[in-house]
Amino acid sequence: MTSNDIQRRIPHTNPVLNLIRTGLRRGLISARIQLTTPSEIFGTVVMLAIFIGTLFFMRGSTFAGATVDLGSTGFPGIIAMGTIFGGVMGIVSVLSMDKTNGTLLRSKSVPGGTAGYLIGEITANVINTLVTSVTLLIVGLFLFDGLDFASPARWLLFITVLVLGLVSTLSIGAVLGALMSNPKFMGLVMMPVLGLIAISGIFYPIVALPLWLQGLAQAFPLYWLGLGLRSSLLPDSMAAIEIAGSWRLEWVFIVLGLWAVLGLILAPKLLSRMARRESGSAVAARRKGVAEQWGV
Amino acid sequence: METAHPGSTPNSTPIISVSDLRMVYGSKTVLDGLNLDINADEIVAMLGPNGAGKSTTIEILEGFRSASSGSVSVLGADPITGDSGWRSQIGIVLQASSDHGKWRPRQLLSHLSDFYRPYVDPWPVDELLGLVGLDEQADQKLKTLSGGQRRRLDVAMAIIGRPSLLFLDEPTTGFDPRARRDFHDLIHRLSDLEGVTIMLTTHDLAEAEALSSRIVILAGGRIIADGSALELTHAIGRTAEITWIQEGQRHMHVTEDSTSFVRELLASDQDSPITDLEIRRATLEDAYLSIVEQFESGSDLDTQTFEGAQL
Repeated sequence: MTSNDIQRRIPHTNPVLNLIRTGLRRGLISARIQLTTPSEIFGTVVMLAIFIGTLFFMRGSTFAGATVDLGSTGFPGIIAMGTIFGGVMGIVSVLSMDKTNGTLLRSKSVPGGTAGYLIGEITANVINTLVTSVTLLIVGLFLFDGLDFASPARWLLFITVLVLGLVSTLSIGAVLGALMSNPKFMGLVMMPVLGLIAISGIFYPIVALPLWLQGLAQAFPLYWLGLGLRSSLLPDSMAAIEIAGSWRLEWVFIVLGLWAVLGLILAPKLLSRMARRESGSAVAARRKGVAEQWGV
Repeated sequence: METAHPGSTPNSTPIISVSDLRMVYGSKTVLDGLNLDINADEIVAMLGPNGAGKSTTIEILEGFRSASSGSVSVLGADPITGDSGWRSQIGIVLQASSDHGKWRPRQLLSHLSDFYRPYVDPWPVDELLGLVGLDEQADQKLKTLSGGQRRRLDVAMAIIGRPSLLFLDEPTTGFDPRARRDFHDLIHRLSDLEGVTIMLTTHDLAEAEALSSRIVILAGGRIIADGSALELTHAIGRTAEITWIQEGQRHMHVTEDSTSFVRELLASDQDSPITDLEIRRATLEDAYLSIVEQFESGSDLDTQTFEGAQL
């Protein structure tokens, strides 16, 4: 180095591989923190316990013409709902919190940090959601004897539908999280998700709803995720109470696939736009907004 | 200009070079033709009233914000297009941070250090924890750290990749005097031992004086003064204020040559002894206030360079 040169650093190992590895390790740490922090999991556990409890008391009744009780019928929908909540709300809240507390800005100040951060937080979310789904599945298999999960074909179907649903809801969550500049707008995401849960045949067969609501629900991934999971967990005879009297598996894959593609196209662009705009004054402004919101 | 290390001759390429930098938000001009060169090993403090454009300047230099016009070069690259190798050479201590509240210092430092591995051997985490005095808090959640501990961790995170250039944005806001002193020692150590070039913003003039080899004052989107603390104070006034008590009376005298005045004063005090003698020179605070006031009263100064001021 001569006195007139500024020494530049060049990578001596592959920086992309390094940031992917570091991002995945971040995912493990982050998932462990979230799964072992009581305040983080309390809300999810209570909510799911209430829903399962409700279904548990619906075991006694059946939908007209169905061979399986309403508790078992509704159960796959709880897993679908947990996935949507974990995927959409989970990633939206992590992104908006981390934009406000400066975690994203910190990541941006580190070489390859933004990509590493996103890989890490998405990985953590996948782990959390899978842990939640598998726990639910085990609990459900004990509680609801109308479920049929006794063949490898069903296991494969369950995993495939769950992973596809996770990819589509996560990428939608990433899009919404990137667009949302401030955690005070969480409600704006929460309301449509709750609305979607109400109309997607999660707790009660969708054929009981007016036709226009059935049409609306079928435009979104939640209904199809629920349908796919029901087909993997319920006896085939239960297809009778679905729309068109069929599991329509081809449409499960088409619709979930389309949403996944849409999300995967949009999410990277919006996330990098979000990261590009991140700066100390942006974080300060957001904090001020949150402080005003909470009156502190 | 004071330079602490050899090699930072005025001829070497500046670490930071900014010319005619402008930043306009809508109709509001925040930076209005800013020029600044910073050489290797300097510790530069940037002062200025709120809204003078300090944070905007720092954010542009950090590559977090693009300027409206002008040219910026930091470590030989335009910050906004700086690659990861460039990024690995920049350390940033952000303004008040509350990120990673559920992580632990050792865990977080070790995670962040992994990002630097393709470019440099990062500081060993335990050594770094010792350097910033956080050995005991190494496995405590970040949100349980005190303000001063948290700030020292911020510095640890900023230097873990052995940066050539370190930015600190109001690093000691909310520190108690002891924490502030420890923090200053740490910054000096980084500059002396590691040869890091440092740029900081602060509202604390005593801090600017204690830390920096050079002070730039920003106002109205331009640099209105540039020099060492001593140069700035000498430039606004060479007079000293001398006060003493004689025969129960308090006396005061203002002069440029305090030494000879005091010599004569003490030589003539046989009849009635002098007590409580004090000599007070203009402080950096006086200099700062007077420079900013001059600027705000509209006297159109070109960037005052105080290098020529006689000491």
